Amino acid sequence: MFAVRAGLKKFDIPYNFEIKSIIACYADWIREGRLKVNADWNKDLKIRFTVQDPCQIIRKSFGDPMAEELRFVVKTVVGEENFVDMSPNRSNNYCCGGGGGFLQAGFPDQRRQYGLYKFNQIKQTGAAYCITPCHNCHAQIHDLSEHYNGGYHTVHLWTLICLSLGILDETERAYLGPDLAGVGL
Amino acid sequence: MRAEEIRLGKTRKSLFKDHVMSILPDGGNLNLCLTCGACASGCPASGIGDMDPRRFLRLAAMGADDEILSSDWAWWCTMCQRCIYACPMKIDIPQLIFNVRASRPREQRPKGIVASCDAALKHDTCSAMGVSEEDWRFVVEDVLDEVRAGQAGFEKLQAPVDKVGAELFLNQNSREPVTEPEEMVPLWKILNLAGADWTYGSKGWAAENYCMFMADDASWEHIIRTKVKAVEDLRCKAWLNTE
Repeated sequence: MFAVRAGLKKFDIPYNFEIKSIIACYADWIREGRLKVNADWNKDLKIRFTVQDPCQIIRKSFGDPMAEELRFVVKTVVGEENFVDMSPNRSNNYCCGGGGGFLQAGFPDQRRQYGLYKFNQIKQTGAAYCITPCHNCHAQIHDLSEHYNGGYHTVHLWTLICLSLGILDETERAYLGPDLAGVGL
Repeated sequence: MRAEEIRLGKTRKSLFKDHVMSILPDGGNLNLCLTCGACASGCPASGIGDMDPRRFLRLAAMGADDEILSSDWAWWCTMCQRCIYACPMKIDIPQLIFNVRASRPREQRPKGIVASCDAALKHDTCSAMGVSEEDWRFVVEDVLDEVRAGQAGFEKLQAPVDKVGAELFLNQNSREPVTEPEEMVPLWKILNLAGADWTYGSKGWAAENYCMFMADDASWEHIIRTKVKAVEDLRCKAWLNTE
């Protein structure tokens, strides 16, 4: 996302299309009634979620308005009362430590030391799940939980949307914990 | 004519910082540091290897070029831009870092990042995991067949490749087709349910871009041009990131 936007500008490349994040589409489709998601599945379970604001999408690309769209989608899907923000958040959020090529750079000790900021932020929310709408964030935040025995799970947004819609197959639940493994099956 | 005085300027050591300033808009504000430390106090890379963004910039300002150019800290900063966000003078420390990365001989940059960039240059897919157009098509069709046959209610699920004129050109991180293809399915279900008019491209679909991270401008530009062409060849209205 950022690499494309920044590259188009830096190399002065003409283009004839819009650049969109699917987060904005999810939000539009929910508002238009095209995705009939709700948080009924979590009413009694009361499983707590937090969300990672990816630097590349929020701070470096679309800013706080996109962070609000992200929260609208997340709260609709998991229930407002089951959502806890990290602090700081939105454009002021900390990078997880998976960005900038760090995951491939061959410095795992430094990468995990960097990630302690993120790990502590997540732990302070008390959330059982961290939603990560970015692949680098997903890989890093998942690794941090394993490495530091965080006990939280790391999930993509599409997993939760399908869970809420009751269309998440058994084979699509690799990142869910035992508390959600059977929900909606 | 006092030629000696003019020569003084000519023999003055050329600082790396000045080189970076010459290529950034407004010089990246690199001379405006108030030394307040707002950058360092909110940077997760502060303290790793006894370095932080404020210190890095001060070293650059003092001309300690050898120290910053040889520092691995340039690979531990993720260029996340939180320091700019916090900085009262909006100093572009991440661009200083980017140019430190770029100054390293290619063979001395982290092997994993170089390998990912090189893999992305192998095919027009731009996949940093080296997925070819054929392999990509095969995985999409294979997973789609499996879902249609095995999941009730999704017998007509669509995952088009190279659908000319589709509204949305969807990209995908290579991790999915290579290591966890079943993770693509929830996304397809959502797109189908929402009635989205979308397509993958056989070219230019890979979302990742390690050539930027390794500060290889020529390769980064090649990847972007390949992606732009892929979207425009299919006459799509929007390039849609799964993130």
